[in-house]
Amino acid sequence: MLDVEKIRADFPALSREVHPGVRLVYLDSTATSQKPDSVIEAMNTFYRRNNANVHRGVHTLAEEATSLFEQAREKIARFINAANPREIVYTRNTTEAINLVAHTWARKNLQAGDLILLTEMEHHSNLVPWYMVANERNLRLEFIPITPDGLLDLESFEKLLELKPKLVAFAHMSNVLGTINPASEIIEKAHQIGAITVMDAAQSVSHLRVDVQSLGVDFMAFSAHKMCGPTGVGALYGKLALLESIPPFLGGGEMIKEVKFGSFTPNDVPHKFEAGTPAIAEAIGFGAAVDYLNGVGMEAVAAHEHTIIEYALDRLEEIPGVKVLGPKADKKGAIAAFTFDGIHPHDVAAILDRDGIAVRAGHHCAQPLHNKMGIPASTRASFYLYSTREEVDALVNGIYKVKQVFS
Amino acid sequence: MEDLYRENIIEHYKNPSYRGKLDPHDISFADNNPLCGDHIQIDLRVDKEGKVSEARFDGHGCAISQASADLLLESVIGKSIEDVKKLTRQDILDMLGIDLGPVRMKCALLSLKVLKAGVYGLGEATDELVE
Repeated sequence: MLDVEKIRADFPALSREVHPGVRLVYLDSTATSQKPDSVIEAMNTFYRRNNANVHRGVHTLAEEATSLFEQAREKIARFINAANPREIVYTRNTTEAINLVAHTWARKNLQAGDLILLTEMEHHSNLVPWYMVANERNLRLEFIPITPDGLLDLESFEKLLELKPKLVAFAHMSNVLGTINPASEIIEKAHQIGAITVMDAAQSVSHLRVDVQSLGVDFMAFSAHKMCGPTGVGALYGKLALLESIPPFLGGGEMIKEVKFGSFTPNDVPHKFEAGTPAIAEAIGFGAAVDYLNGVGMEAVAAHEHTIIEYALDRLEEIPGVKVLGPKADKKGAIAAFTFDGIHPHDVAAILDRDGIAVRAGHHCAQPLHNKMGIPASTRASFYLYSTREEVDALVNGIYKVKQVFS
Repeated sequence: MEDLYRENIIEHYKNPSYRGKLDPHDISFADNNPLCGDHIQIDLRVDKEGKVSEARFDGHGCAISQASADLLLESVIGKSIEDVKKLTRQDILDMLGIDLGPVRMKCALLSLKVLKAGVYGLGEATDELVE
């Protein structure tokens, strides 16, 4: 079992007051997690001591910066069990990682009439990049529907596979419903018909052990800031042969081997996708975040979150008028999005904030999913390794106060 | 902290005086706040002297957006269209009697944006209208 009090002491923001005398109850880790001291210190130390540009120059600081930057890449690769650190491309975030695949792999390999298969529970970041390339190349789009209890409809998925999609892109964990999708099964079935798979792991890598080799996924996108790391850096995992087969993304420094007047030769993978000076301190912070999670153990993180979400669903469902979206605790991560008695989520969130409780209100960048469920928006409480039962109780008490304000 | 949910705001939200639609109307415009899916439509009738004689809003959204729509329409009755064009974000904040952060400000200003796009006869409601 995980020692929550010990973990909470690692996260300085968790002990702050939001209003005088009101302690923060942070239930918005799905938007971004809080950061432990070790991550903040790793970046701080870099700027105070090692700051230099990477892959340039031969002076001591440049060597140190490059080593730290590449060591972080190795840590990230090991964390998801990539076969080779070169399969990790630094990006700004999950969104940029997905855009990278859409701009390079999709543009190179898809022709007019080809089908991209998505799901109804995607975040905008795993929809809009595909819409953009589909508009440009006249591609078709289909969506794997969701069942009334918020799971992917796998029978429909199999039927859609008969249409022979060239690419299947899906979220490992829904950022609204919390649904953990059966990634192995989806990837295996997609591969059987020769499709390439892209997994949005923004919500899963931070909460579960994800092993890209055992999943066999072709591309996977994730962000540091959801997993105790800083904003501004994320990663695209891609199978080496695939990454080597596709053209560069952005052009500029670092992504080239040689430039002449009028032509260039791209650099090797992964550098050919990393044009310009990257977020060096943030990448090092990303590595420190991986170290931190490894220190706790992802199995312990997942087990702790499971007990919290079970408790949260039990308590939330006690409240008259609360309807939690998505499946039961055994099929979901630690995300509880809900509607409450016709009270607008903005009002729910603003009133909860009086008690220092931070939740998200809106459509959480999943507007098509909310439309499908027939609601304009929802309130979302999300939990992480530092969340406690007492915080769930605070949320429940807060929701009763919301009711009072509007009664 | 200042209380966003003061009694008068909740009262305007729960029992608005200007909710509904006007048919016929002289001016009508609708827009959404993409952030939270709020939607507001405003219909106006204008008399011979160019003054607002009747006003209604319809739509859905948070208490702040709906209460500010009600307060705003209450304030425009009898005003000339030229005066309506001069309304600013500060006027909305004065009506609400609260200060708002940048996110909730969008909720509060949606109705003013819609109203001004309508009276200017514009095709779309832009943030510039409420700056």
